[in-house]
Amino acid sequence: MTNPVTINAPEGLPFIEIIREFDAPVEAVFRAHAEPELVTQWLGPNGYEMDLERWDFTTQGGYRYVHRGPDGEEYWFNGTFHTVRENEFAVQTFEFEGFPDVVAIESMTFEDLGDGRTRLRGWSTYPSVEARDGMVASGMEGGLREGYERLDGVLAA
Amino acid sequence: MLFDPSADDRLDRAFMALADPVRRRIIARLSRGPATVNELAEPFEITKQAVSKHIQVLEHAGLVTRTRDAQRRPVHLDAAQLEALTAWIDRYRLIHEQQYRTLDALLTGRGTDAAASDTDAPQGGAAQEATEP
Repeated sequence: MTNPVTINAPEGLPFIEIIREFDAPVEAVFRAHAEPELVTQWLGPNGYEMDLERWDFTTQGGYRYVHRGPDGEEYWFNGTFHTVRENEFAVQTFEFEGFPDVVAIESMTFEDLGDGRTRLRGWSTYPSVEARDGMVASGMEGGLREGYERLDGVLAA
Repeated sequence: MLFDPSADDRLDRAFMALADPVRRRIIARLSRGPATVNELAEPFEITKQAVSKHIQVLEHAGLVTRTRDAQRRPVHLDAAQLEALTAWIDRYRLIHEQQYRTLDALLTGRGTDAAASDTDAPQGGAAQEATEP
């Protein structure tokens, strides 16, 4: 009963869209993004500890955090929250510090579907297609093992 | 890990092996479980020898292995090799699916300490909503 993730990453365009529905009210989904002690519980790959240096999910706020892997390797990310409207919308910058100065702009909408359900839609725009592919791949390096384990299951099915 | 040259060679061999439609169908069949050469040859209108050749190419590329199981010698898919070929977009999807499942658990209170948020926890969220600079 897991809701599917829809990803649109058009070839040749430095753009990714990701859409997911949740069986939870829009206020709860928004809080999971806004409150630092909730954010650290789900953002980032499995098995990685997340430490927030800063998390101010408000208009003109910002963030910096690290994902620390099982072997102690660190992946730092930072950005600013340009606009945050409660239970509705946020737009932020996103920089993986392993690729400094390559900054994506990410928007997300929190859409109330009624009946305690929410659609989360995120879209990221990168400076170039290479930046999109390279940065996303690097930013995800830490998550590859979990991804592979899941893929194992898919292939074995 | 991403720029290991020997890994590059392996990728090249794997991509060349997969450039053939018969070999791709063999891989697809093996993704559902090991099979003998006879079983693999069945759907194709080519000789068993030709299918054996294709399997050798896949074996050389490291995509499949064969075990000694009496005379059957079933062919197995080496999933780890195939995974190395999947594009970043698939990994991106896998990571986000996993991450959103964690968020699901958190939202439904199946997550660890998040269950507390159901019960109007006094230390909680409402206070910090607007004021903190």
